[in-house]
Amino acid sequence: MNKSLLKKITSNQLFIPLLALFLLAIINLIVDPSFFKVTLGTNNEGNPVLSGYLITILDYGSELAILAIGMTLVTSASGGQDISVGATIAITGSAMLRVLCGSNTRPEQLAAPIIVAFLVACIVGMLCGAFNGALVSIFKIQPMIATLILFTAGRSIAAWINNNELPIVPDPKFKYFGGFIPGIPIPTTVFIVIICVIVTALILKFTNLGLYTQSVGINEKSSRLNGINPTMIKMLAFIFLGLCVAVASLIKVSRLATINYSVIAKDIEMDAILAVALGGNSLSGGKFNIWASVLGAYIIQFLTTTLYKFNVQSDALAAYKAVVVILLVVFSAPKVRESLSRLKTKKALKAVNKGETK
Amino acid sequence: MENTTLLEMRSIDKSFPGVHALQNVDFTLRSGEIHALMGENGAGKSTLIKVLTGVYSKDQGVINLDGRFDVKIHSPQDAQNLGISTVYQEITLCPNLTVAENMYIGRGKKPITNWRKMNSDADKILRKLDIPARATQQLGTCSIAVQQMVAIARAVDMDCKVLILDEPTSSLDEQEVEKLFGLMRDLKATGVGIIFVTHFLDQVYEVCDRITVLRDGQLVGEYEIKDLPRVQLVSKMLGKEMDDLSDIKSDQDAYLGEDADEPVYEATQLWSDAGIKPFDFHIRKGEVNGFTGLLGSGRSESVRAIFGADRVLGGIVRMHGRQVHIRGPKDAMKNGIAYLPEDRKIDGIIGDLSVRENIILALQVMKGFFKPFTKAQAYAFADEYIKKLNIKTASADTPVKSLSGGNQQKVILARWLLMHPEYLILDEPTRGIDVGTKIDIQKLVLELAKDGMSITFISSETDEMLRTCSRLIVMRDRKVVGELSGEDLTQSMIMSTIAGGE
Amino acid sequence: MNKTKLKGGIFNRVSDTNLLLSITVVIFILMYLGAIIFLGSGFKKPQMLFNILNANAALIITACGMSLVMISGSIDISVGGVVALVSMCCAVYLDVNHHNGNVYVSMLIALGIGLAFGIIQGLLVAYLNIQPFIVTLAGMFFARGMTTIVSTAPFNVKNQAFDKLKLTRINVPGMGSYNKKGLYIPAYVEIGVLVALAVVVILFLVLRYTRLGRAFYAVGGNQQSALMLGVNVKRTKFLSHVFCGLLAGLGGYVYFLHVGSGAASHATGMEMNAIASSIIGGTMLTGGVGNVVGTLFGVLSLSTIQNIVSSAGLDQAWWTGITIAAMLCIFLLIQSIVIRQRKRALKR
Repeated sequence: MNKSLLKKITSNQLFIPLLALFLLAIINLIVDPSFFKVTLGTNNEGNPVLSGYLITILDYGSELAILAIGMTLVTSASGGQDISVGATIAITGSAMLRVLCGSNTRPEQLAAPIIVAFLVACIVGMLCGAFNGALVSIFKIQPMIATLILFTAGRSIAAWINNNELPIVPDPKFKYFGGFIPGIPIPTTVFIVIICVIVTALILKFTNLGLYTQSVGINEKSSRLNGINPTMIKMLAFIFLGLCVAVASLIKVSRLATINYSVIAKDIEMDAILAVALGGNSLSGGKFNIWASVLGAYIIQFLTTTLYKFNVQSDALAAYKAVVVILLVVFSAPKVRESLSRLKTKKALKAVNKGETK
Repeated sequence: MENTTLLEMRSIDKSFPGVHALQNVDFTLRSGEIHALMGENGAGKSTLIKVLTGVYSKDQGVINLDGRFDVKIHSPQDAQNLGISTVYQEITLCPNLTVAENMYIGRGKKPITNWRKMNSDADKILRKLDIPARATQQLGTCSIAVQQMVAIARAVDMDCKVLILDEPTSSLDEQEVEKLFGLMRDLKATGVGIIFVTHFLDQVYEVCDRITVLRDGQLVGEYEIKDLPRVQLVSKMLGKEMDDLSDIKSDQDAYLGEDADEPVYEATQLWSDAGIKPFDFHIRKGEVNGFTGLLGSGRSESVRAIFGADRVLGGIVRMHGRQVHIRGPKDAMKNGIAYLPEDRKIDGIIGDLSVRENIILALQVMKGFFKPFTKAQAYAFADEYIKKLNIKTASADTPVKSLSGGNQQKVILARWLLMHPEYLILDEPTRGIDVGTKIDIQKLVLELAKDGMSITFISSETDEMLRTCSRLIVMRDRKVVGELSGEDLTQSMIMSTIAGGE
Repeated sequence: MNKTKLKGGIFNRVSDTNLLLSITVVIFILMYLGAIIFLGSGFKKPQMLFNILNANAALIITACGMSLVMISGSIDISVGGVVALVSMCCAVYLDVNHHNGNVYVSMLIALGIGLAFGIIQGLLVAYLNIQPFIVTLAGMFFARGMTTIVSTAPFNVKNQAFDKLKLTRINVPGMGSYNKKGLYIPAYVEIGVLVALAVVVILFLVLRYTRLGRAFYAVGGNQQSALMLGVNVKRTKFLSHVFCGLLAGLGGYVYFLHVGSGAASHATGMEMNAIASSIIGGTMLTGGVGNVVGTLFGVLSLSTIQNIVSSAGLDQAWWTGITIAAMLCIFLLIQSIVIRQRKRALKR
């Protein structure tokens, strides 16, 4: 009875990510319990803000968490990944700045309200998503290769939109999205993630997006024979990811109030894909669990923050990340799991045999 | 030469999750004989062959080959090296390589490929066997029949002791089959042992010396061909006497409503891009009819055109006399048409999803993207049909791929029945499932028809269709060539219509 | 019936690989001719082509490795990272202020690093069935991280023997040109170009004429069939990754030889350029189709278009990225349409 419960727990998709999170927490707890300390202080502008490593994780993991939501859907529907998200963040961010600042790079006041700029960014993001989606669903090009196009062109397009200038947004309100709203000590990004999660949850609850996406990802032919339009579903997934990209770019651009085309959201696509995989989702599509991916995103940020705390240089971070990833995928590989369990049964059999001979 | 034992398989056992595919099966092949391996779909023929060729590893048992005791076959490469060559039912060649390469890859030890020699050797064989292909041609540009011939040429050319032909004739035409038989007889004369798997009884009695019959993963027996008349072979394969089966129909009543003569569905000059010629078709309320013809005659393509599964290129479709436009599966579903596809794995189940999700899928799509069923509703539907169709599953949440073939088929059937269609198309619903489930499904078909559903039933087993259908549309070469009903519905009549000629 | 057979004849007679290859070669030649006619000056001199080769020798080598894994149906995105790691390690080893090492040993180091990456990644992909994308993504992370761990600051290498090797120029007879003063300037290539061309020739022969080479195509074309035909699928996949790793190591050394420095930011995005060159050269990511000669032309097309863009006066940085992407897009669409047409032709 106990055994089956244990098996149920270990075979749950959330088991590995939660275990990883737990291990990271334990390591930090042993090395330095102050890791978990959260203090209330004031920032330069005299507003109350919470600070501490946990807050950093929640704050800086936000973009990744939002991207992980969209990436999970794309992975599920198309069985491939979008590697252009970093570059499209540059495009949408650049478009947002262009709307906010107009053609003047050092404006005294905003050329358009923030909400308009954000909506424009959303539309641009969705257009990029639709472009990728069309290549994947209509022309049947593998997602990774199809999105390679925007990956290559994205940062150049972003620079082109603003004529390679780096406009600076004058309105301090714009900085709220990636920082703090005066009077609220919790980072705004946390609220943005919560809103995204709630919206996604509502979409999944009140539409069949989840069922259709998984069906298409598992068996496209048979989904079509059940009246589902696979082309449409794949397009939807990519457009949805485009929307997530727009939201993430709002946070990214807001943090600096400006943009650096070649550096902004660099390598974030790799982290987003990693988040999906860490959440235990198959990268070849099919069944998915969005919340596991979101959890995966925070694990990556947790790991990053922990490594920073141990004074690992930001550039060397990748090497440690790689080791963790390899360990995770090796232990969750079906082949390894199989042979591990076979080893267990062999041991058990040996024990039984010994008992018999005695 | 005669009667020396070439290959012995003893007490072979093989299980897959949920299925005991082979139980204690023995098989013996002598040199210089053609040995038919018979059994229905799912009897374990393919599994036995894949064990022999190293695709699957056996759980238990011993294989002795050519005097060597307990040979180990872990991969198709091992099998090849031991002199076992195989032509599989589905084509297992690489479409991106040339014809010649496909014939020679994976053979021999030489690390360097001599293209000129390989091509001229290949051309020689192709010419000898009269295969219309060039050695340098990319295989993917050949027709399916030619690809199959290439696979046979490869197998024959390897100096083999055992040649396995796993349903090689299904995509070949009559002349090509004759060519193959000639070849088999030549090889037999040189002492090669041939294992021949086929569904065509005529072919068995034309070339084979012995028959081994399997049923439900177990050995039924080994017989000399002259000792086993056709009727007995069939009853051994089915595990029933012929009379048991024939009376399903008689104890069922036909649908007797007032609107029994009204055509529910009517198509004129319907055709699709799958290569069928335009055809006319109609079905009345409560009628069970069927498309028959050899594999590749266009029977599946016809019903796919009705359902809009392939791209429809033309034709007028009426439901209850009113013209409707069916451009895709969803249009068909909206008009109350349901279609259970021929290939369960590729077109039917959504493997990783649960039984529940698989059952509600079609109805859910009908209901709309923005109106998902609640969990409670979905469970209610699933449980109802699990009980109704007696689906053997641990729970409604079990992934459908872990069910046995017959139960998977029932899940798909449940999916369509839940939609309460007016017109149900069943394409090979009984393929690859156990006999019990087969009879369940046949009975169900007749019951549904009695309640007023129109059903089109396709099966490659003619007697199954004779038992269920009241009208048969006969197809040949992607054309409708005849229609049989009433007293014409006999095995011989069907055969002669399929065969054609005056 | 007969008509369609005739119509499909020539189209069907060419294999997928050759069809895509010829499209690439034709487009490259047209592009280069166009550049000579419309942009003149620089493109008229053969040295322009040699400069392109000099600058891209490393990319040619790594892209060939990439084509190899892609042909066998896999992918390796760690190559850029490996190139960076190799140049950094060699730089630290050779520099007089660090270890002042031997040039030949540094070559072995380069190949060793590449080989190690290839072997480990190959084992994980082929024998543990882990998705190649994830494995090599981790490989890329690891290589990039290790590069900065070896040394953070970029620096130029000082080492006599190495400098001599680096500055070696091989003159190409008859290809030189006269400058304004009427002085003859011989055309030259660097050592790396010879290595790259040798790699292309050797790989072409390996892929075309060896058992292993054909096995790469078989496995990429249809893994299941290849298994049934008696090909050792796992070993083949493993070896494709080993080859790719080794070539990344070699490419890394050639890159190092060209730039003569170590830096963490070296070869950024090279993996994507390698993939793009392979695709433009007619290799399909689905596997089984492709050719290293095509890859060579892929690299050449890619850098020629960059040169054309800058010569045409569109010298803002963004045009390069956009034109490469546009070109990639066009080639992908051509591939997609060609393959679809073929399938349809076969169906009839």
